[in-house]
Amino acid sequence: MVNTTIELGRGLVLRNPVMTASGTFGYGEEYTDFVDLSQLGGIIVKGTTLHPREGNPYPRMAETPSGMLNCVGLQNKGVQYFIDTIYPRIKDFDTNVLLNLSGSTLENYVKGAEMVNELEKIPAIELNVSCPNVKQGGMAFGVTTTGIAQVVSEVRKVYHKHLMVKLSPNVTNIAEIALAAEASGADSVSLINTLMGMAIDAEKRKPKLSVITGGVSGACVKPVALRMVWQVAKAVKIPVVGLGGISNAIDAVEFMLAGASAIEIGTANFIDPAVSAKVARGIIEYCENFGFESVTDLIGALEC
Amino acid sequence: MKQIKEFKLVEKRDFGRSVLLRLQSEQRLPDIEPGQFVQVRVDGSPSTYLRRPISIHNVDFQKNEVDLLVQQVGEGTRHLAKASVGDLINIMLPLGNGFSMPEEGQKVLLVGGGIGIAPLFYFAKVLNENGVQPVLILGGKTKSDLLRLEEYQQLGETFVTTEDGSLGEKGFVTMHSVWKERTFDKIYVCGPKPMMKAVAKIATEKDIWCEVSLENLMACGLGACLCCVEDTNDGHVCVCKEGPVFNTRRLKW
Repeated sequence: MVNTTIELGRGLVLRNPVMTASGTFGYGEEYTDFVDLSQLGGIIVKGTTLHPREGNPYPRMAETPSGMLNCVGLQNKGVQYFIDTIYPRIKDFDTNVLLNLSGSTLENYVKGAEMVNELEKIPAIELNVSCPNVKQGGMAFGVTTTGIAQVVSEVRKVYHKHLMVKLSPNVTNIAEIALAAEASGADSVSLINTLMGMAIDAEKRKPKLSVITGGVSGACVKPVALRMVWQVAKAVKIPVVGLGGISNAIDAVEFMLAGASAIEIGTANFIDPAVSAKVARGIIEYCENFGFESVTDLIGALEC
Repeated sequence: MKQIKEFKLVEKRDFGRSVLLRLQSEQRLPDIEPGQFVQVRVDGSPSTYLRRPISIHNVDFQKNEVDLLVQQVGEGTRHLAKASVGDLINIMLPLGNGFSMPEEGQKVLLVGGGIGIAPLFYFAKVLNENGVQPVLILGGKTKSDLLRLEEYQQLGETFVTTEDGSLGEKGFVTMHSVWKERTFDKIYVCGPKPMMKAVAKIATEKDIWCEVSLENLMACGLGACLCCVEDTNDGHVCVCKEGPVFNTRRLKW
Protein backbone atom coordinates (compact mmCIF):
# COMPACT_ATOMS: atom_id res chain seq x y z
CA MET A 1 0.00 0.00 0.00
CA VAL A 2 1.67 3.19 -1.20
CA ASN A 3 1.22 6.24 0.99
CA THR A 4 0.06 8.99 -1.34
CA THR A 5 -0.55 11.83 1.12
CA ILE A 6 1.19 15.12 0.41
CA GLU A 7 1.37 17.93 2.94
CA LEU A 8 1.99 21.29 1.35
CA GLY A 9 1.97 23.25 4.60
CA ARG A 10 -0.34 25.50 6.59
CA GLY A 11 -3.02 22.84 6.71
CA LEU A 12 -3.18 22.00 3.02
CA VAL A 13 -3.09 18.22 2.82
CA LEU A 14 -3.64 16.41 -0.47
CA ARG A 15 -4.75 12.80 -0.59
CA ASN A 16 -2.48 12.41 -3.60
CA PRO A 17 -0.20 14.76 -5.55
CA VAL A 18 -2.59 15.33 -8.46
CA MET A 19 -4.51 18.57 -8.89
CA THR A 20 -6.15 20.10 -11.93
CA ALA A 21 -4.83 23.39 -13.26
CA SER A 22 -6.82 26.59 -13.18
CA GLY A 23 -8.66 27.40 -16.38
CA THR A 24 -8.62 23.82 -17.65
CA PHE A 25 -11.15 22.20 -15.33
CA GLY A 26 -13.86 24.82 -14.93
CA TYR A 27 -15.29 24.56 -11.44
CA GLY A 28 -14.94 20.77 -11.41
CA GLU A 29 -18.64 20.40 -12.20
CA GLU A 30 -17.92 20.25 -15.91
CA TYR A 31 -15.89 17.07 -15.40
CA THR A 32 -17.92 15.02 -12.92
CA ASP A 33 -19.30 12.79 -15.71
CA PHE A 34 -15.71 11.68 -16.33
CA VAL A 35 -13.80 11.96 -13.05
CA ASP A 36 -14.63 11.00 -9.48
CA LEU A 37 -13.23 14.13 -7.85
CA SER A 38 -12.47 12.18 -4.67
CA GLN A 39 -9.69 10.51 -6.67
CA LEU A 40 -7.83 13.83 -6.89
CA GLY A 41 -5.61 15.73 -4.49
CA GLY A 42 -7.38 18.92 -5.41
CA ILE A 43 -8.93 21.05 -8.09
CA ILE A 44 -7.96 24.64 -8.76
CA VAL A 45 -10.91 26.59 -10.06
CA LYS A 46 -10.64 29.11 -12.82
CA GLY A 47 -8.87 32.45 -12.49
CA THR A 48 -11.09 34.80 -10.52
CA THR A 49 -10.71 38.55 -10.15
CA LEU A 50 -12.33 40.93 -7.67
CA HIS A 51 -14.49 42.48 -10.38
CA PRO A 52 -16.18 40.64 -13.28
CA ARG A 53 -14.24 40.47 -16.54
CA GLU A 54 -15.59 39.71 -20.03
CA GLY A 55 -12.18 38.52 -21.23
CA ASN A 56 -10.77 39.01 -24.71
CA PRO A 57 -12.72 38.85 -27.97
CA TYR A 58 -13.01 35.67 -30.01
CA PRO A 59 -10.89 33.99 -31.41
CA ARG A 60 -9.11 32.99 -28.24
CA MET A 61 -7.53 29.72 -29.22
CA ALA A 62 -5.14 28.32 -31.80
CA GLU A 63 -3.78 24.82 -32.02
CA THR A 64 0.01 24.64 -32.18
CA PRO A 65 2.40 21.69 -32.58
CA SER A 66 1.70 19.41 -29.58
CA GLY A 67 -0.08 22.19 -27.78
CA MET A 68 -2.28 25.22 -28.00
CA LEU A 69 -2.33 28.96 -27.55
CA ASN A 70 -5.02 30.76 -25.63
CA CYS A 71 -5.83 34.37 -24.90
CA VAL A 72 -9.01 33.95 -22.85
CA GLY A 73 -8.06 36.94 -20.74
CA LEU A 74 -9.42 35.97 -17.32
CA GLN A 75 -13.10 35.90 -18.21
CA ASN A 76 -14.93 35.45 -14.90
CA LYS A 77 -17.84 36.86 -12.95
CA GLY A 78 -15.86 38.16 -10.00
CA VAL A 79 -15.17 37.04 -6.43
CA GLN A 80 -18.60 38.01 -5.07
CA TYR A 81 -20.39 35.97 -7.75
CA PHE A 82 -18.10 33.05 -6.95
CA ILE A 83 -18.97 33.32 -3.27
CA ASP A 84 -22.72 33.67 -3.83
CA THR A 85 -23.32 31.29 -6.71
CA ILE A 86 -20.48 28.87 -7.34
CA TYR A 87 -19.04 28.22 -3.89
CA PRO A 88 -22.30 26.77 -2.49
CA ARG A 89 -22.40 24.28 -5.37
CA ILE A 90 -18.80 23.06 -5.09
CA LYS A 91 -17.79 23.53 -1.47
CA ASP A 92 -18.70 19.98 -0.49
CA PHE A 93 -16.72 18.26 -3.23
CA ASP A 94 -14.72 15.45 -1.67
CA THR A 95 -11.39 17.03 -2.62
CA ASN A 96 -9.48 20.24 -1.93
CA VAL A 97 -11.00 23.13 -3.84
CA LEU A 98 -8.43 25.87 -4.39
CA LEU A 99 -9.25 29.24 -5.90
CA ASN A 100 -6.96 30.86 -8.43
CA LEU A 101 -7.03 34.57 -7.64
CA SER A 102 -5.89 37.17 -10.11
CA GLY A 103 -5.93 40.93 -10.15
CA SER A 104 -4.86 44.08 -11.86
CA THR A 105 -4.02 46.24 -8.86
CA LEU A 106 -2.55 45.52 -5.47
CA GLU A 107 -5.77 46.66 -3.80
CA ASN A 108 -7.84 44.21 -5.84
CA TYR A 109 -5.59 41.29 -4.96
CA VAL A 110 -5.80 42.16 -1.28
CA LYS A 111 -9.55 42.72 -1.26
CA GLY A 112 -10.13 39.47 -3.18
CA ALA A 113 -7.89 37.50 -0.83
CA GLU A 114 -9.68 38.96 2.21
CA MET A 115 -13.02 37.78 0.84
CA VAL A 116 -11.75 34.30 -0.04
CA ASN A 117 -10.17 33.99 3.40
CA GLU A 118 -13.69 33.83 4.84
CA LEU A 119 -14.63 30.76 2.79
CA GLU A 120 -14.36 27.83 5.16
CA LYS A 121 -14.07 25.11 2.49
CA ILE A 122 -11.41 26.82 0.39
CA PRO A 123 -8.12 25.75 2.03
CA ALA A 124 -5.80 27.68 -0.28
CA ILE A 125 -5.41 30.39 -2.86
CA GLU A 126 -3.28 29.98 -5.92
CA LEU A 127 -2.20 33.56 -6.45
CA ASN A 128 -2.01 34.22 -10.17
CA VAL A 129 0.71 36.79 -10.75
CA SER A 130 1.46 35.43 -14.17
CA CYS A 131 -1.47 35.72 -16.56
CA PRO A 132 0.06 36.81 -19.87
CA ASN A 133 -3.24 37.56 -21.56
CA VAL A 134 -4.48 40.80 -20.09
CA LYS A 135 -2.66 44.07 -19.86
CA GLN A 136 -2.87 44.04 -16.09
CA GLY A 137 -3.31 40.33 -15.47
CA GLY A 138 -0.80 40.30 -12.71
CA MET A 139 2.13 39.42 -14.91
CA ALA A 140 3.44 42.90 -14.22
CA PHE A 141 3.78 41.74 -10.60
CA GLY A 142 5.04 38.31 -11.50
CA VAL A 143 8.04 39.18 -13.64
CA THR A 144 10.10 41.20 -11.15
CA THR A 145 11.33 40.30 -7.69
CA THR A 146 10.09 43.61 -6.28
CA GLY A 147 6.67 43.20 -7.89
CA ILE A 148 6.17 39.70 -6.57
CA ALA A 149 7.46 40.64 -3.12
CA GLN A 150 4.96 43.48 -2.98
CA VAL A 151 1.87 41.51 -3.98
CA VAL A 152 2.70 38.38 -1.98
CA SER A 153 3.54 40.25 1.23
CA GLU A 154 0.36 42.37 1.04
CA VAL A 155 -1.87 39.35 0.35
CA ARG A 156 -0.08 37.44 3.11
CA LYS A 157 -1.20 40.06 5.64
CA VAL A 158 -4.89 39.33 5.00
CA TYR A 159 -4.87 35.70 3.90
CA HIS A 160 -4.27 33.22 6.67
CA LYS A 161 -4.56 29.90 4.89
CA HIS A 162 -2.23 28.24 2.41
CA LEU A 163 -0.90 30.74 -0.11
CA MET A 164 0.41 29.20 -3.31
CA VAL A 165 1.97 31.59 -5.80
CA LYS A 166 1.78 30.69 -9.50
CA LEU A 167 4.88 31.78 -11.35
CA SER A 168 5.36 33.01 -14.87
CA PRO A 169 7.95 31.32 -17.08
CA ASN A 170 8.29 34.56 -19.05
CA VAL A 171 11.21 35.75 -16.94
CA THR A 172 14.99 35.71 -17.10
CA ASN A 173 15.57 33.88 -13.83
CA ILE A 174 12.57 32.09 -12.35
CA ALA A 175 14.47 30.91 -9.26
CA GLU A 176 14.99 34.54 -8.18
CA ILE A 177 11.28 35.20 -8.51
CA ALA A 178 10.48 32.07 -6.53
CA LEU A 179 12.89 33.10 -3.78
CA ALA A 180 11.22 36.51 -3.59
CA ALA A 181 7.81 34.83 -3.24
CA GLU A 182 9.15 32.57 -0.52
CA ALA A 183 10.74 35.45 1.37
CA SER A 184 7.45 37.37 1.19
CA GLY A 185 5.41 34.65 2.82
CA ALA A 186 4.33 32.21 0.12
CA ASP A 187 3.62 28.71 1.45
CA SER A 188 4.33 27.12 -1.93
CA VAL A 189 4.95 28.06 -5.54
CA SER A 190 3.33 26.50 -8.60
CA LEU A 191 4.92 26.66 -12.02
CA ILE A 192 4.73 27.17 -14.91
CA ASN A 193 1.95 29.36 -16.17
CA THR A 194 1.74 29.57 -19.97
CA LEU A 195 4.64 30.68 -22.14
CA MET A 196 3.96 33.73 -24.25
CA GLY A 197 3.63 32.93 -27.90
CA MET A 198 1.78 33.74 -31.10
CA ALA A 199 0.38 32.11 -34.21
CA ILE A 200 -0.11 33.55 -37.67
CA ASP A 201 -2.51 32.64 -40.45
CA ALA A 202 -0.22 32.99 -43.46
CA GLU A 203 -3.05 32.90 -46.00
CA LYS A 204 -4.87 35.77 -44.37
CA ARG A 205 -1.66 37.45 -43.16
CA LYS A 206 -3.32 37.93 -39.79
CA PRO A 207 -2.69 36.75 -36.25
CA LYS A 208 -4.77 33.75 -35.23
CA LEU A 209 -5.61 35.25 -31.83
CA SER A 210 -7.76 38.33 -31.31
CA VAL A 211 -5.14 40.05 -29.17
CA ILE A 212 -2.22 38.75 -31.28
CA THR A 213 -0.25 37.04 -28.52
CA GLY A 214 -1.32 34.38 -26.06
CA GLY A 215 -0.09 31.67 -23.73
CA VAL A 216 1.27 28.35 -24.97
CA SER A 217 0.34 25.20 -23.08
CA GLY A 218 0.23 21.49 -23.68
CA ALA A 219 2.78 18.73 -24.15
CA CYS A 220 5.16 21.01 -26.06
CA VAL A 221 5.99 23.09 -22.96
CA LYS A 222 6.93 20.13 -20.78
CA PRO A 223 10.73 20.26 -21.15
CA VAL A 224 10.74 23.98 -20.32
CA ALA A 225 8.48 23.46 -17.32
CA LEU A 226 10.51 20.52 -16.06
CA ARG A 227 13.73 22.53 -16.22
CA MET A 228 12.17 25.43 -14.35
CA VAL A 229 10.68 23.19 -11.66
CA TRP A 230 14.10 21.63 -11.17
CA GLN A 231 15.79 25.04 -10.89
CA VAL A 232 13.19 26.41 -8.49
CA ALA A 233 13.07 23.30 -6.32
CA LYS A 234 16.82 23.55 -5.81
CA ALA A 235 16.51 27.21 -4.82
CA VAL A 236 13.57 27.32 -2.40
CA LYS A 237 12.68 25.46 0.80
CA ILE A 238 8.89 25.71 0.39
CA PRO A 239 7.06 23.03 -1.65
CA VAL A 240 6.98 23.36 -5.42
CA VAL A 241 3.92 22.38 -7.44
CA GLY A 242 4.85 21.42 -10.98
CA LEU A 243 2.76 21.86 -14.10
CA GLY A 244 3.28 22.33 -17.79
CA GLY A 245 2.41 19.69 -20.36
CA ILE A 246 1.78 16.80 -17.98
CA SER A 247 -0.25 14.27 -19.96
CA ASN A 248 0.27 10.99 -18.12
CA ALA A 249 1.59 9.47 -14.89
CA ILE A 250 5.16 9.20 -16.10
CA ASP A 251 5.20 12.93 -16.92
CA ALA A 252 3.92 13.56 -13.39
CA VAL A 253 6.62 11.35 -11.87
CA GLU A 254 9.28 13.24 -13.84
CA PHE A 255 8.11 16.52 -12.29
CA MET A 256 8.26 14.98 -8.82
CA LEU A 257 11.73 13.61 -9.45
CA ALA A 258 12.74 17.12 -10.51
CA GLY A 259 11.58 18.37 -7.11
CA ALA A 260 7.83 18.96 -7.29
CA SER A 261 5.84 17.93 -4.21
CA ALA A 262 2.60 17.90 -6.20
CA ILE A 263 1.56 18.43 -9.79
CA GLU A 264 -1.24 20.00 -11.78
CA ILE A 265 -2.79 18.71 -14.97
CA GLY A 266 -3.89 21.36 -17.41
CA THR A 267 -4.37 21.20 -21.15
CA ALA A 268 -4.40 17.37 -21.11
CA ASN A 269 -7.88 17.62 -19.53
CA PHE A 270 -9.13 18.89 -22.90
CA ILE A 271 -7.98 15.79 -24.74
CA ASP A 272 -8.93 13.26 -22.09
CA PRO A 273 -11.28 14.67 -19.46
CA ALA A 274 -10.60 11.59 -17.31
CA VAL A 275 -6.80 11.96 -17.41
CA SER A 276 -6.37 13.43 -13.91
CA ALA A 277 -7.69 10.35 -12.10
CA LYS A 278 -5.67 8.11 -14.42
CA VAL A 279 -2.50 10.01 -13.51
CA ALA A 280 -3.29 9.63 -9.80
CA ARG A 281 -3.59 5.85 -10.24
CA GLY A 282 -0.52 5.70 -12.48
CA ILE A 283 1.70 7.40 -9.89
CA ILE A 284 0.78 4.64 -7.41
CA GLU A 285 1.60 1.99 -10.01
CA TYR A 286 4.98 3.62 -10.61
CA CYS A 287 5.70 3.60 -6.88
CA GLU A 288 4.70 -0.07 -6.63
CA ASN A 289 6.81 -1.04 -9.62
CA PHE A 290 9.90 0.74 -8.34
CA GLY A 291 9.48 -0.03 -4.65
CA PHE A 292 8.62 3.41 -3.29
CA GLU A 293 6.51 3.16 -0.14
CA SER A 294 5.45 6.79 -0.24
CA VAL A 295 5.00 9.23 -3.09
CA THR A 296 6.98 11.72 -1.01
CA ASP A 297 10.02 9.54 -1.71
CA LEU A 298 9.80 10.65 -5.33
CA ILE A 299 10.22 14.33 -4.53
CA GLY A 300 13.61 15.46 -5.78
CA ALA A 301 14.79 11.88 -6.18
CA LEU A 302 16.47 12.69 -9.45
CA GLU A 303 19.95 11.22 -9.55
CA CYS A 304 22.40 13.55 -11.23
CA MET B 1 -24.70 11.95 -19.07
CA LYS B 2 -21.60 12.62 -21.15
CA GLN B 3 -19.41 9.69 -22.06
CA ILE B 4 -16.08 8.87 -23.67
CA LYS B 5 -16.19 5.72 -25.71
CA GLU B 6 -14.29 3.82 -28.32
CA PHE B 7 -16.52 3.50 -31.38
CA LYS B 8 -15.80 1.13 -34.23
CA LEU B 9 -15.95 2.49 -37.74
CA VAL B 10 -18.41 0.10 -39.37
CA GLU B 11 -19.13 1.91 -42.62
CA LYS B 12 -17.56 4.68 -44.62
CA ARG B 13 -19.00 6.57 -47.57
CA ASP B 14 -16.77 8.78 -49.62
CA PHE B 15 -18.19 12.07 -50.94
CA GLY B 16 -14.94 13.56 -52.24
CA ARG B 17 -14.06 16.39 -49.91
CA SER B 18 -16.36 14.94 -47.24
CA VAL B 19 -16.79 11.51 -45.80
CA LEU B 20 -19.58 9.82 -43.87
CA LEU B 21 -18.32 7.82 -40.91
CA ARG B 22 -20.74 5.34 -39.37
CA LEU B 23 -19.52 4.59 -35.85
CA GLN B 24 -20.82 1.83 -33.65
CA SER B 25 -20.56 1.49 -29.89
CA GLU B 26 -20.65 -1.84 -28.10
CA GLN B 27 -22.69 -0.20 -25.37
CA ARG B 28 -26.03 1.52 -25.35
CA LEU B 29 -25.89 5.11 -26.58
CA PRO B 30 -26.81 7.93 -24.22
CA ASP B 31 -29.75 10.17 -25.15
CA ILE B 32 -28.70 12.40 -28.04
CA GLU B 33 -30.67 15.44 -29.18
CA PRO B 34 -30.56 16.80 -32.71
CA GLY B 35 -28.04 19.66 -32.80
CA GLN B 36 -25.67 18.17 -30.24
CA PHE B 37 -22.10 17.34 -31.21
CA VAL B 38 -19.20 15.04 -30.42
CA GLN B 39 -15.49 15.62 -29.78
CA VAL B 40 -13.37 13.18 -31.75
CA ARG B 41 -9.83 12.31 -30.74
CA VAL B 42 -7.60 12.20 -33.80
CA ASP B 43 -5.01 9.50 -33.17
CA GLY B 44 -1.77 9.21 -35.10
CA SER B 45 -1.69 12.71 -36.55
CA PRO B 46 1.37 14.46 -35.08
CA SER B 47 0.11 17.95 -35.85
CA THR B 48 -3.34 17.36 -34.34
CA TYR B 49 -3.29 17.88 -30.58
CA LEU B 50 -6.85 18.74 -29.67
CA ARG B 51 -10.06 16.85 -30.31
CA ARG B 52 -12.20 17.89 -33.28
CA PRO B 53 -15.79 18.97 -32.66
CA ILE B 54 -18.12 17.37 -35.22
CA SER B 55 -21.89 17.68 -35.41
CA ILE B 56 -24.04 14.57 -35.15
CA HIS B 57 -25.41 13.73 -38.58
CA ASN B 58 -27.61 10.82 -37.61
CA VAL B 59 -28.21 8.35 -34.78
CA ASP B 60 -29.52 4.80 -34.84
CA PHE B 61 -30.32 3.88 -31.26
CA GLN B 62 -31.25 0.29 -32.23
CA LYS B 63 -27.81 -0.37 -33.65
CA ASN B 64 -25.95 2.00 -31.29
CA GLU B 65 -24.64 3.88 -34.31
CA VAL B 66 -23.71 7.51 -34.73
CA ASP B 67 -23.07 9.01 -38.16
CA LEU B 68 -20.63 11.87 -38.64
CA LEU B 69 -20.40 13.78 -41.89
CA VAL B 70 -16.85 15.10 -41.89
CA GLN B 71 -15.55 17.70 -44.29
CA GLN B 72 -11.80 17.74 -44.73
CA VAL B 73 -10.80 21.28 -43.85
CA GLY B 74 -7.48 20.82 -42.06
CA GLU B 75 -4.96 18.25 -40.96
CA GLY B 76 -7.17 16.80 -38.23
CA THR B 77 -10.24 16.19 -40.37
CA ARG B 78 -8.06 15.01 -43.28
CA HIS B 79 -6.54 12.41 -40.99
CA LEU B 80 -9.94 11.41 -39.65
CA ALA B 81 -11.24 10.91 -43.19
CA LYS B 82 -8.46 8.36 -43.78
CA ALA B 83 -9.79 6.03 -41.06
CA SER B 84 -10.56 2.50 -42.25
CA VAL B 85 -13.56 0.31 -41.50
CA GLY B 86 -12.76 -1.61 -38.33
CA ASP B 87 -10.69 1.21 -36.78
CA LEU B 88 -11.53 2.31 -33.26
CA ILE B 89 -12.23 6.02 -32.82
CA ASN B 90 -12.41 7.71 -29.43
CA ILE B 91 -15.50 9.87 -29.11
CA MET B 92 -16.78 12.14 -26.36
CA LEU B 93 -20.55 12.67 -26.49
CA PRO B 94 -23.16 14.09 -26.39
CA LEU B 95 -22.01 17.70 -26.05
CA GLY B 96 -23.80 21.03 -26.07
CA ASN B 97 -27.50 21.72 -26.39
CA GLY B 98 -29.85 20.75 -29.18
CA PHE B 99 -32.36 22.50 -31.42
CA SER B 100 -35.61 23.44 -29.66
CA MET B 101 -38.44 21.27 -30.81
CA PRO B 102 -41.22 23.18 -32.58
CA GLU B 103 -44.79 22.97 -31.41
CA GLU B 104 -47.33 20.84 -33.20
CA GLY B 105 -48.63 22.36 -36.41
CA GLN B 106 -45.87 24.93 -36.76
CA LYS B 107 -44.35 25.51 -40.17
CA VAL B 108 -40.67 24.74 -39.91
CA LEU B 109 -37.84 25.72 -42.23
CA LEU B 110 -34.36 24.21 -42.02
CA VAL B 111 -31.58 26.08 -43.83
CA GLY B 112 -28.21 24.41 -44.36
CA GLY B 113 -25.12 25.69 -46.10
CA GLY B 114 -22.13 23.56 -47.12
CA ILE B 115 -21.20 20.99 -44.50
CA GLY B 116 -23.64 22.82 -42.21
CA ILE B 117 -26.35 20.60 -43.66
CA ALA B 118 -24.95 17.73 -41.53
CA PRO B 119 -26.87 18.15 -38.23
CA LEU B 120 -30.10 19.01 -40.08
CA PHE B 121 -30.40 15.41 -41.25
CA TYR B 122 -30.88 14.00 -37.76
CA PHE B 123 -33.05 16.97 -36.82
CA ALA B 124 -35.31 16.48 -39.86
CA LYS B 125 -35.60 12.79 -39.05
CA VAL B 126 -36.67 13.49 -35.46
CA LEU B 127 -39.10 16.17 -36.68
CA ASN B 128 -40.68 13.59 -38.98
CA GLU B 129 -40.95 11.12 -36.10
CA ASN B 130 -42.81 13.84 -34.21
CA GLY B 131 -45.20 14.52 -37.04
CA VAL B 132 -43.56 17.71 -38.33
CA GLN B 133 -42.72 17.89 -42.02
CA PRO B 134 -40.00 20.51 -42.40
CA VAL B 135 -39.18 22.48 -45.51
CA LEU B 136 -35.45 22.49 -46.29
CA ILE B 137 -33.30 24.94 -48.21
CA LEU B 138 -29.86 23.48 -48.78
CA GLY B 139 -27.10 25.48 -50.39
CA GLY B 140 -23.58 24.89 -51.63
CA LYS B 141 -20.94 26.42 -53.85
CA THR B 142 -21.55 23.73 -56.39
CA LYS B 143 -23.62 20.60 -57.04
CA SER B 144 -21.16 18.23 -55.35
CA ASP B 145 -21.59 20.10 -52.03
CA LEU B 146 -25.17 18.84 -51.77
CA LEU B 147 -24.42 15.55 -50.06
CA ARG B 148 -27.09 12.86 -49.68
CA LEU B 149 -29.63 15.12 -51.37
CA GLU B 150 -32.08 12.31 -52.20
CA GLU B 151 -32.11 11.22 -48.57
CA TYR B 152 -32.77 14.78 -47.39
CA GLN B 153 -35.62 15.00 -49.90
CA GLN B 154 -37.29 12.07 -48.16
CA LEU B 155 -37.37 14.03 -44.90
CA GLY B 156 -39.15 17.09 -46.25
CA GLU B 157 -39.76 19.31 -49.23
CA THR B 158 -36.25 20.32 -50.24
CA PHE B 159 -35.08 23.35 -52.23
CA VAL B 160 -31.54 23.79 -53.46
CA THR B 161 -29.29 26.71 -54.31
CA THR B 162 -25.76 26.63 -55.69
CA GLU B 163 -23.47 29.59 -56.19
CA ASP B 164 -22.48 28.40 -59.67
CA GLY B 165 -26.00 27.39 -60.65
CA SER B 166 -25.00 23.75 -61.24
CA LEU B 167 -28.03 22.57 -59.25
CA GLY B 168 -31.24 24.26 -58.13
CA GLU B 169 -31.50 28.03 -58.17
CA LYS B 170 -28.33 30.01 -58.71
CA GLY B 171 -27.20 32.07 -55.74
CA PHE B 172 -27.22 31.88 -51.95
CA VAL B 173 -29.80 30.16 -49.74
CA THR B 174 -31.18 33.58 -48.80
CA MET B 175 -32.01 34.30 -52.46
CA HIS B 176 -34.22 31.26 -53.08
CA SER B 177 -37.69 32.06 -54.44
CA VAL B 178 -39.34 29.92 -51.75
CA TRP B 179 -38.78 32.77 -49.26
CA LYS B 180 -41.32 34.85 -51.21
CA GLU B 181 -43.80 32.04 -51.65
CA ARG B 182 -44.05 30.60 -48.16
CA THR B 183 -44.31 31.69 -44.58
CA PHE B 184 -42.69 29.91 -41.64
CA ASP B 185 -43.09 29.90 -37.87
CA LYS B 186 -39.62 28.67 -37.03
CA ILE B 187 -36.31 28.74 -38.88
CA TYR B 188 -33.29 26.62 -37.96
CA VAL B 189 -29.93 27.35 -39.60
CA CYS B 190 -26.52 25.72 -39.80
CA GLY B 191 -23.72 26.78 -42.11
CA PRO B 192 -20.95 29.34 -42.52
CA LYS B 193 -21.32 32.33 -40.21
CA PRO B 194 -21.96 34.94 -42.95
CA MET B 195 -24.73 32.74 -44.33
CA MET B 196 -26.28 32.24 -40.88
CA LYS B 197 -26.13 35.99 -40.26
CA ALA B 198 -27.87 36.63 -43.57
CA VAL B 199 -30.67 34.19 -42.73
CA ALA B 200 -30.92 35.63 -39.22
CA LYS B 201 -31.36 39.07 -40.77
CA ILE B 202 -34.29 37.84 -42.86
CA ALA B 203 -35.79 36.19 -39.78
CA THR B 204 -35.48 39.40 -37.78
CA GLU B 205 -37.03 41.46 -40.59
CA LYS B 206 -39.95 39.07 -40.87
CA ASP B 207 -40.13 38.67 -37.09
CA ILE B 208 -39.69 34.90 -37.29
CA TRP B 209 -38.26 32.85 -34.43
CA CYS B 210 -34.82 31.58 -35.49
CA GLU B 211 -32.13 29.29 -34.12
CA VAL B 212 -28.59 28.99 -35.48
CA SER B 213 -25.91 26.39 -34.79
CA LEU B 214 -22.44 27.88 -34.33
CA GLU B 215 -19.09 26.20 -34.84
CA ASN B 216 -16.58 28.42 -33.08
CA LEU B 217 -13.06 27.10 -32.57
CA MET B 218 -12.99 25.17 -29.33
CA ALA B 219 -10.66 23.19 -27.13
CA CYS B 220 -12.39 21.35 -24.26
CA GLY B 221 -15.98 21.03 -25.51
CA LEU B 222 -17.21 21.08 -21.89
CA GLY B 223 -17.40 24.79 -21.00
CA ALA B 224 -14.15 24.79 -19.08
CA CYS B 225 -11.56 26.55 -21.24
CA LEU B 226 -13.71 29.50 -22.36
CA CYS B 227 -12.09 29.57 -25.81
CA CYS B 228 -15.16 29.18 -28.04
CA VAL B 229 -17.14 32.14 -26.74
CA GLU B 230 -19.77 34.05 -28.67
CA ASP B 231 -20.89 37.55 -27.77
CA THR B 232 -24.46 37.46 -26.47
CA ASN B 233 -26.84 39.65 -24.49
CA ASP B 234 -25.48 37.85 -21.43
CA GLY B 235 -21.84 38.56 -22.36
CA HIS B 236 -19.37 35.99 -23.65
CA VAL B 237 -20.80 32.49 -23.41
CA CYS B 238 -19.34 29.13 -24.40
CA VAL B 239 -20.65 27.78 -27.70
CA CYS B 240 -19.71 24.26 -26.58
CA LYS B 241 -21.86 24.36 -23.46
CA GLU B 242 -24.62 26.96 -23.86
CA GLY B 243 -24.69 26.30 -27.60
CA PRO B 244 -23.92 25.30 -30.24
CA VAL B 245 -27.58 26.20 -30.86
CA PHE B 246 -28.59 29.77 -30.05
CA ASN B 247 -31.74 31.75 -30.58
CA THR B 248 -30.69 34.68 -32.75
CA ARG B 249 -32.34 37.11 -30.33
CA ARG B 250 -29.69 36.21 -27.80
CA LEU B 251 -26.79 36.94 -30.16
CA LYS B 252 -25.22 40.33 -30.81
CA TRP B 253 -25.41 39.93 -34.56
